[in-house]
Parts: sequence; C-alpha cells; structure tokens
Amino acid sequence: MTLLDRAQGSAPWTPQSTGPRTEPGPLLPDAAPVRLLGEDAAGSAGTAAGLAPELLRTLHRRLVTGRRFNEQATALAKQGRLAVYPSSTGQEACQIAAAGVLQPTDWLFPSYRDSLAAVARGIDPVEVLTLLRGDAHSGWDPRRNRTAPLATPLATQAPHAVGLARAAALRGERLVALVLMGDGATSEGDFHEALNFAAVLRAPVVFLVQNNGYAISVPLAKQSAAPSLAHKAVGYGLPGRLVDGNDAAAVHQVVGEAVEYARDTGGPVLVEAITYRVDPHTNADDPRRYRSPEEAAAWRDHDPLVLMERHLRAAGLLDEEQRSAAAAEAEALAERMRAAFRTDPRPDPLDLFAHVYAEPTPQLREQEALLRAELAAEAESSGEEHR
Amino acid sequence: MAQALNRALRDALRADPSVHLLGEDVGALGGVFRVTDGLTAEFGEDRCTDTPLAEAGIVGTAVGMAMYGLRPVVELQFDAFAYPAFEQLASHVAKMRNRTAGRLPLPLTVRIPYGGGIGGVEHHGDSSEAYYVHTPGLHVMAPATVEDAYGMLRAAIASDDPVVFLEPKRLYWSKAEWDPEAPAATAPPGRAVLRREGRSAVLIAYGPSVPVCLEAAEAARADGWDLAVLDLRSLVPFDDETVCAAVRRTGRAVVVHESSGFAGVGAEIAARVTERCFHHLEAPVLRVAGFDIPYPPPMLERHHLPGVDRILDAVARLQWESSPSGDPDEGAGRR
Ligand SMILES: Cc1ncc(C[n+]2csc(CCOP(=O)(O)OP(=O)(O)O)c2C)c(N)n1
Repeated sequence: MTLLDRAQGSAPWTPQSTGPRTEPGPLLPDAAPVRLLGEDAAGSAGTAAGLAPELLRTLHRRLVTGRRFNEQATALAKQGRLAVYPSSTGQEACQIAAAGVLQPTDWLFPSYRDSLAAVARGIDPVEVLTLLRGDAHSGWDPRRNRTAPLATPLATQAPHAVGLARAAALRGERLVALVLMGDGATSEGDFHEALNFAAVLRAPVVFLVQNNGYAISVPLAKQSAAPSLAHKAVGYGLPGRLVDGNDAAAVHQVVGEAVEYARDTGGPVLVEAITYRVDPHTNADDPRRYRSPEEAAAWRDHDPLVLMERHLRAAGLLDEEQRSAAAAEAEALAERMRAAFRTDPRPDPLDLFAHVYAEPTPQLREQEALLRAELAAEAESSGEEHR
Repeated sequence: MAQALNRALRDALRADPSVHLLGEDVGALGGVFRVTDGLTAEFGEDRCTDTPLAEAGIVGTAVGMAMYGLRPVVELQFDAFAYPAFEQLASHVAKMRNRTAGRLPLPLTVRIPYGGGIGGVEHHGDSSEAYYVHTPGLHVMAPATVEDAYGMLRAAIASDDPVVFLEPKRLYWSKAEWDPEAPAATAPPGRAVLRREGRSAVLIAYGPSVPVCLEAAEAARADGWDLAVLDLRSLVPFDDETVCAAVRRTGRAVVVHESSGFAGVGAEIAARVTERCFHHLEAPVLRVAGFDIPYPPPMLERHHLPGVDRILDAVARLQWESSPSGDPDEGAGRR
C-alpha cells in the first residue's frame, strides 16, 4: 500500500504486528504499595494475620540481627576498621525478606548496600565486609552461596543476572536470579537494557528496586518523572509491582510471588519497594546538605522493626522472652564482628598478581619478582621477614 | 585544590553565561568532593544541574548542549564510573568536529576525579588517562598544582575543543598556599613546566605523580643525583619541545605515572623521546608505573602505586643501564 492509496481512502492502514504483544493490563503496578503489617493504604486493618506466625517471628529475628549488623558495621567504619560502610538501617526489611524467599538454587546479585542480603544467603558477615574493609575485592566464593560479588558500578550487575538466568533456563534448570539495586540505579542504561533483555529473552529474573528516596543527595523527584519506578516495567513488557519496603511481611509476600512467577513462567518481574535511607549515604556523607533531620525522623515511626514489633505484639506473638532471645542472637553476631575486626588483616601483597589471569603473563611475572624483591628489602630494613 | 577548582568554576560561570554545569550530586551536596559547593545556590539549578544518575546520559546531553552553543562542564563522579560515558566520549565528543568538517565544534569539559592513594574501595582508584589519550579529538589535562587546577580548568572551559580534565583525587586536599583573590598566572595549557631544575636526569610526570617525583628528587640528592622534575600538565596536546629540551640537557629520563605501565602513557613518551633525542641519551628512557593489574584494594594500594623508592631504584638503573658492561654494581653506589 502506498501513501496515495491511503489518501484515496481505500483500505484503512493498520500497523503490522511483527510478533506477540502482551496485554498492558497485568503489567501495571497497583496504585498503592502492598502493605500487610498494620494499616494498609486504604486504612483497613493489617492483613498479615493470615501469615504463619512462625514466619513473622523469623522475619522479626532477622530484622533485629540486621539492625545490629548495621550499627556494628557503622561503628567499625567510625573506628577506621572499615574503609567505608553504606548503612542499610531502615531498609533491612527489603534485603532480609527478599533474600529469604530465594531457594538455595537461586542466585542473588547484590549491590554495595546489600550486605544484609548477602548475610541472609548464608555468607559469613566478615567475608561480606572484606570489600568494605579493603583487604580484598570480594571475600566469598560466588558459586558456593550463589551470590555474586557486591557490585559498585550502578546497575551493572542487572544484565549479568539476565544472562545467568537465561543460561540456567537454556540448561533446563528452573532457577531465578534476584537483582537488588537502588532508585538511582534505575536511571542507568544498564538497568533499561537488562529489563528489555529479560523481557525479550524471557529470563526468570526479579529486579528489586529499593527506592530509599535518594541517590546520594539527589531525591527521587530529580531522578525519575514516572508515576512510580515499578511503572518502568510496562514499556519493556514485564509486570511491575509496588510494595511497602519497610513491611517485611509484604516484601516477603510480593517478592515471593514475583520469584515464583518467574520460576513458573520463565519471565521477569520488576518490584519497587518503597523505603527510606535513615542513615547517611555512607559514613563519609553529610545528609544535612540535602535533607532535613525532620524528614528522616518522620520515617522512624514507619521503621521496619517498629512495624513488625507493633504487629507481633498486637497479635500476641511477641513476648519478652522472644524479644530478648532475638536481642541476644544479634548481640552475639555483633561480638563476633568486633572480635574479627579487632586485628587488622595482613593481606599478602604478592596476591596482587594471583588472580589477574589464569596464567600470569611474562610481564606480570617480572613485576611480581620486582615486588618480591622490594618486600624482602623492606623486611630486611625493618628486621622482620616476609613469609 | 578542590577550593581552587571551585573558584575556577565560579569565575567561569560568572564570566560567561553560556557555561553550564551538570552531573550527579553537583547541586545541594556540592559534589562528593565539594568541588561544586555553593554553585547551585549562586547560579541556580539551570546553571548547575543535578542530573539523573546516568553517565552516558549526562555526557550525551552535554554534547547536545554544546552543539547548540552552550559550554557544558560535566562532572563524572569517579574515574571508574566514567566508563558508561565512554561511548559518547569516543564516538561523539572526540569526533564531532571531524565528522562535521569543522562545523560543529564541541566546547565541552568533562571533569573526572581520578587516580588512587585515598584508600577508596573497588572502582574508586582507576587511572584511565590512556583510554582518553588514545582517542584522537580529545584534549587531556591533569593538573598537579593548585595554581594549575585553577588556571587549567579556566582554560579547559574556554577551549573550543572538548577536554577531559583529570583531577587527581589525592591532591584535592593538598594544603598548598594559594590566594583565591589573586589566582597566579599559570603557563598555557599544552606546555610542560619544569618544577625543579637538575642536571643528572629528568623525571617526567603529571597529575598525582608530580609531588611524588619532587619528593624523590629531594631524596636522591643524598646519593649525588641532581634530578629535574618535569610536569607535563597536558597529555594532549603533548609538549615534545619542552620534554626533549629537558632530556637533551640531562641525557637521562624516567617517566613516572600510576596507571598501568603496559601500553600506558609512559610508553608513548619513552618512544617519542627515543625517536627525537636518541643521540643525547646516555641510558634508555625508563618507566616507573603501576603494575598491570586491576586497581587493588586499599590495603595493598601502596604496593601498586609508584612511590619514592621505586623511582629511586629506576634512577639508579639509569647509571648502570648506560654502563658498557651493564653491571648493576657499577652504578649502585651512586644512587
Ligand atoms: C555507574 C556509577 N556511577 C556513579 C556511582 C557513584 N555512586 C555510588 S552510590 C550512588 C548513589 C546510588 O543511589 P541509589 O541507586 O538510589 O542507591 P542507594 O545508594 O540509595 O542505595 C552513586 C551516584 C556509581 N557507584 N556507579
């Protein structure tokens, strides 16, 4: 058909579809985030009553431990035992509940703020903190706990998750990859490319955006003009979901459903969890420059731990004994962290060359010899010997 | 140095309404290194704009702004976070003048805090100058002094060509005497400057390695070496003339930089010097550079970064490398 035909009003022109299209309806997120603890958006009583009490208690225990982890790591950063620590105080529910719904065979792709999610995957807290302590780039074996290293360049781990999930699908395995990232990361090209690839290649990936209001100093309003970050799913053809990120039960449910949807259908989901970064971006940041203390204070009443304890008490599920048991467990972890960080590690400088290539290049061997000689000279002049 | 850069940006914004700043956290926060401190307050959000977090978007947007007559100054937060923008830099920023037969020059400055030595974790210590230097069409500058930080940034913004402006992170807090009311005149960008006179050899460096070389030159005096220190300041354009003059005077040269040595800037310099000054050389041009490894974690970075000792060892080698027997012991006593 030519333009002329159309002008003459012969056959009406319709765009030719070149492939299957998805109905937009189910892709759009609900207008209000899902809440289960306390009041929901409509003001009606919480619906978490239906959740197993044991699950709620477990979530509570993990929140208490997670909070303690954040406090202890922040203290270690202040003492100079960690080079830096990006705290997730106030955001614990997102990480703990999300990592908690994964099966052991699933994979987690965390970013730098997601230490708790890595711990929830069973990685030793001290190993989780080696990157931030500064002795190694990553402490753990990603294959053992199916957890990628903490990614610092924003959103760069998202396409990896897509590729890994696709590889597993191609091998006939039904695993899901969960990617964690922040609101700021959703502006990066890698985020958009990952969503598109996941949708087009049908990769079982759950993208969990922890919208904590700020990317360092930049508030969400300057980051995105979309009605919600979950809306970003729609244009790529995957479902978007919105959840109260401070409500551990709701995160458990919504991310749990997303993971099972991905597992069953082989397709991706984007979940936006609305939360708040109570602490500074890192211990090196000065939030007074870009937000009022009142703003952070206002969120303390909607703190994940407060929400959970309030709910458990109202439901008669939390007595003093349980509370102190949770606190004791958290304190034990903190003590373990303090003990582990009491002495500085002494990474071997020759390890600089250990993992650059499977087989070191001749140049690297030369450089290693140079460093070895330097270390020997240093040791001689300081009177000790290099091992 | 951060203060001098801030002053340069402020003066440029005041002097020329077409100058616009954009980047991540450059507004209320004033940049993570506070280089843009107070600029949004003084000039408004249209002149100093917090952008969404997307380096390709920031540089690409700046390209369009420059195409339409503005002089954008972009801040990319850390060296290793500039890579998403590399496509824009290599494919468009560097080539627009050439692609349009000179009709669309891009007066655009891309500021990148770069280099290590501040104890930053992964992805916060890269030295990426070789990528930019290898991309024809980009100017590449790295100041080493507070005066240069001011003067060179003003010159970069005034330039009708794109400039990758590398700010040595570990010099941000250098406590040099500097009078912000009377910014000292600096040499024109594109010229290397001798920071220290010396007869026996010249240390050639730029950015964060310049103070290290000055320290090494001081230390080498005890061994009878009288070392000159040359600060390149600008890698593109490259000042062959001043470099060769210094090499001819001394007959010996060591190039120092902290980025990896293999196919690094030092290799280019050594080759040029050898081509141009071969008959004046009494020893091969040596390089002292970072190892050919990904930038290490903070606890190990001191072993990677070229320090005074590694420079002094190279200087000692200048002696025996030039001796007919090539016997290391012959020159060792002199170092
Ligand atoms: C590609 C890239 N650009 C810039 C940075 C520097 N940076 C580190 S964290 C951060 C803010 C990220 O905000 P968000 O994604 O919302 O996560 P949050 O820190 O709030 O958890 C920035 C700009 C980076 N890590 N990677």
